Amino acid sequence: MFLMIPTLLMGLVDFAVAFLLIYGLWRMSSPVTAAAGISVAGVGMLAAVMASFLVVFTVSDAARPHLLVNSALALSALIIGGGAAWWAGRKVAMTAMPQMVALYNGMGGGAAAAIAAVALFGAHAQGVTALTVTLVGALIGTLSLSGSLVAWAKLGGLLNAPLRLKGLQLINAIVMLGTVALGAYIVFLLQGGATPLTAVSGLIGLFFIGALLFGVLMTLPIGGADMPVVISIYNAFTGLAVGLEGFVLQAPALMIAGMLVGAAGIALTALMAKAMNRSVMHVLFSHFGDSAKPKQGAETRPLKVTSPGDAGTAMRYAASVIIVPGYGLAVAQAQQKLYEFVKLLQAAGVGVRFAVHPVAGRMPGQMDVLLAEAGVPYDMIFQLEDINAEFANTDMVLVIGANDVVNPSARADKSSPIYGMPILNADQAKQVYVVKRGQGKGYAGIANPLFYADNCDMVYGDALAVMSGMVEAVKGLGLSAAS
Amino acid sequence: MTISILLALYIFMLAGFAGWVIIGRVPAILHTPLMSGSNFVHGIVVVGGVGALLNASSGLEQAVGFVAVLLGAGNAAGGYAVTDRMLAMFHTSAHPKPHAHAHRSVVKPLKKT
Repeated sequence: MFLMIPTLLMGLVDFAVAFLLIYGLWRMSSPVTAAAGISVAGVGMLAAVMASFLVVFTVSDAARPHLLVNSALALSALIIGGGAAWWAGRKVAMTAMPQMVALYNGMGGGAAAAIAAVALFGAHAQGVTALTVTLVGALIGTLSLSGSLVAWAKLGGLLNAPLRLKGLQLINAIVMLGTVALGAYIVFLLQGGATPLTAVSGLIGLFFIGALLFGVLMTLPIGGADMPVVISIYNAFTGLAVGLEGFVLQAPALMIAGMLVGAAGIALTALMAKAMNRSVMHVLFSHFGDSAKPKQGAETRPLKVTSPGDAGTAMRYAASVIIVPGYGLAVAQAQQKLYEFVKLLQAAGVGVRFAVHPVAGRMPGQMDVLLAEAGVPYDMIFQLEDINAEFANTDMVLVIGANDVVNPSARADKSSPIYGMPILNADQAKQVYVVKRGQGKGYAGIANPLFYADNCDMVYGDALAVMSGMVEAVKGLGLSAAS
Repeated sequence: MTISILLALYIFMLAGFAGWVIIGRVPAILHTPLMSGSNFVHGIVVVGGVGALLNASSGLEQAVGFVAVLLGAGNAAGGYAVTDRMLAMFHTSAHPKPHAHAHRSVVKPLKKT
């Protein structure tokens, strides 16, 4: 009778937690309520962790002698893991956010895989259904762990060039099929309960190694431009793995939260892939960039070059300006200087808006966060579908650190590798200024006809230096700065 | 209470719908915080890790269970820390933030007054 109380309490907390996580995520879907949303979800998580220790009242007889040691282990793991990640999360620069999210995501996948390993090695999973779900969850979680770690290394610059071997796809297929077949064999061996666990533990170890290897092999060939899709899909994978292990543990909160994130992650991945005009399958199983060969001598028109001062002055006397920021802006750490320039323009009566492409940055929406960090109010930031019709009525466009997302060949040139990708119609404005480091091409190595257009001037230089030049020029016109 | 595979499928379907619908209404501006926020939500796996560790009866189970809690706790705590930081940066023209870089531990909703 006494044991019913903690069980009931755990069930009730679990229910409340599931509600708080869904409600929190829902609140996060608007900028006005988002900050409150994460707090709600945080309260739920804290309650869930505290309630999880109620398990001490209901542990199996086999585990009872170890209870003190196990509780101490759990507490220290919570403090060490949670503390280190919290500290890292508070310190990390906003530009390094994608690799940080990839790392946290890999940890979640690893945790789900470890839970599956405990269920297998401790013979907690019995019967074909439970064993199958455990192994599928283990496969997805392990894949997400090693894949996320490779993504983390790539985004952090530890691994640079995408690895492309001949026949890699064949090797991938063999590793995947082999791992799945091994999993099926393990289920077959264990399902009757007759085979001793010791006879299978080597195979289980091999299964995890195969899954790790597959995650690495699958992620290595993927190029930097596709990383937003990759992070998003591994986020969904970890969610699915958590949901499946939740079933094995008979924990509804894990099932609900895991599947919530799994579906949300898949939806976000689909949105991303659509914004890049690429299918998810294409990102994962083919090699981007192979077909993108720069055209030689296609352009004969000269590029027009102007100085930061002249460009800045011209924008000061325009009625409306749209700014198209790209990842190059963040690389140069010029967001603050750009916003200083924008405030000067606003003080002079110029209408300024930001136009952000959905895939600007290394993860979806990263440019919005980087602008917010610099102090730009979010009501000045417009998304592609909301602002694209406005370019034609705009005096001037400042493209800074972006290239492929304003490439008009995506609209017109059927031979272009980015044909069909939605782009910002910067070329339709009366005058365009493009700030670029040098005469190089974009990610995909595609020539950009916008740069050669009659209404486009190039401003070469480091984004920070160029913005400083523009700020000085506008200040030099004798206007009081808006600070 | 035992959750059968059939009941599990119902739960998965409904939770999946909820996740899909929530993402459908999110503006692109919030995609990064949303991704790290959903990353935080699957940090709930730490609860499963604690359950598995407390039920461990062999050295191997204890070791793997410890890893599960360690990684799960990192997922949850880190996911919260970065999401909270990012969301605290978003503000409107009417309510400018004095310090865009401020590290806040207490979060207030950005409400219009």
